[in-house]
Amino acid sequence: MHISTNLWIWIQALLTLAIFTFLYKDNPLFRMAEHLFVGLATGYGLVVVYKNAFYPNVWVPLFQEKQFIFIIPFVLGLLYLTSAFPKISYMIRWPMAVLLGIGSGLSIPLTIQTYIIEQSKSSILRPPYPDLISWINALILFVGVVSVLVYFYFSIPHDRPGVKQISKVGLFLLMLGFGASFGYTVMARFSLLVGRLDFLLNKWLGIRPF
Amino acid sequence: MSVRDFFIKLSKIDRKYIYLVILIGLIIPLIFPPRFPQKMSPQVKRVFEYIDTLPKGSYVILSADYDPSVAPEVHPMYKAVVKHCILRGVIPIGMTLGVQGAGLALDAFTEAERVLEARRDTDYVFLGYQAGGAVVILGLGEDIKSVYKTDYFGTKTTDIYALKPVKNYRDIALVISFSGSALPATWAVYAYTKYGVKVAAAVTGVSAGDFYPYIQAGQFIGMLAGMKAAAEYEDAVNRILKEKGIGKFSTSAIRMMDANSIGQLLIILFIIIGNIGYFLSRRRK
Repeated sequence: MHISTNLWIWIQALLTLAIFTFLYKDNPLFRMAEHLFVGLATGYGLVVVYKNAFYPNVWVPLFQEKQFIFIIPFVLGLLYLTSAFPKISYMIRWPMAVLLGIGSGLSIPLTIQTYIIEQSKSSILRPPYPDLISWINALILFVGVVSVLVYFYFSIPHDRPGVKQISKVGLFLLMLGFGASFGYTVMARFSLLVGRLDFLLNKWLGIRPF
Repeated sequence: MSVRDFFIKLSKIDRKYIYLVILIGLIIPLIFPPRFPQKMSPQVKRVFEYIDTLPKGSYVILSADYDPSVAPEVHPMYKAVVKHCILRGVIPIGMTLGVQGAGLALDAFTEAERVLEARRDTDYVFLGYQAGGAVVILGLGEDIKSVYKTDYFGTKTTDIYALKPVKNYRDIALVISFSGSALPATWAVYAYTKYGVKVAAAVTGVSAGDFYPYIQAGQFIGMLAGMKAAAEYEDAVNRILKEKGIGKFSTSAIRMMDANSIGQLLIILFIIIGNIGYFLSRRRK
């Protein structure tokens, strides 16, 4: 056991323990650590955005290289700040209109292609398949997609013969999906806790694994 | 006390005792690791083998689109993939679409410098953060150096030796988005669909389920999902390090996954006990 002598490790460890105190109940120590995190994350974010985004993309081309075309995005960006001044806050609509227009134009065709066309294509049965396992996989996928779509199709009553049975298959497959998703969630939540415990034991207290 | 009463009592135990049992169950394997074998799952294998068989001097974009809140799961993956690329002579281009990913990615490259004696701008490039999300992804498809005029350290990208032959996605063999959010899907939309570049995802366990349809549709070549994938990839990279006689293994993900496995076993046990107690108490009524 070699307890760390690094000041930063100690700060990390004490802040981790401060956050863990919430397990008992809300308290000033927890709130202090929480506020410190929010403040630090914001400050860090501002510095990185300035250094990696604003300085090379706005300051250098506009003020150092005198490329005056950059005035247009710069002014549009500044107009976002008008939301703080009620008299001229309507101006925020202009950069938002530009952003929404460009964003929609870029994303609509690609989104339809990615989410609807490509993914629908992959769920259609397209024999022949190289082996039995591939056949079974394709069938499960096909039946799964159809039955789940029927389960969520509410324009016809679900008590009709055929529809009832298919939607039940869909429900069963949905439950399987939720179960798998829950398993992943348990692993993910444990991972976060284990990550902190590993830090406290290994880096802070210096308890090396045997 | 009958067996029935025992189970009913156990199913109504105060949750604080359950927390305590899980805490002990997680701490013990961290101190005494059981070292469970790591068998690579098919999705992880696809990514590993793809990188493993790339010609030397190929380029891979590793986008650190995650933050410290998911670092225990995603950061070991990023570190392992960076090392794997460098060990195979593939040049990783590090970048991030999230502000807080910059520091984490830098940590991974610093470790690669220490363990593998990798050289910045020769064995790897770190471009850092760029604001814009989807616009950045689209811009990289046209000209990487116009999106990133300088790298993270302020060096002009036109002056970086390793980036000389790189113009856009046509020169990139693979993009991996490491994320705790939906950003890998954004890469699928704007990089794969529009430019046809190969994409893979490295994600948290919570979001893994959302990305399986992309693998099925061939939009991702593979996926690293959660701590399990991190441990599998770390183990595979350790084997390469052993082959090359480099002894500086990393076992953090493997160790954490061992503890995770014990924790999950305990949860399964609690669910079974809880259900037995529930059914027995119903029968009594």
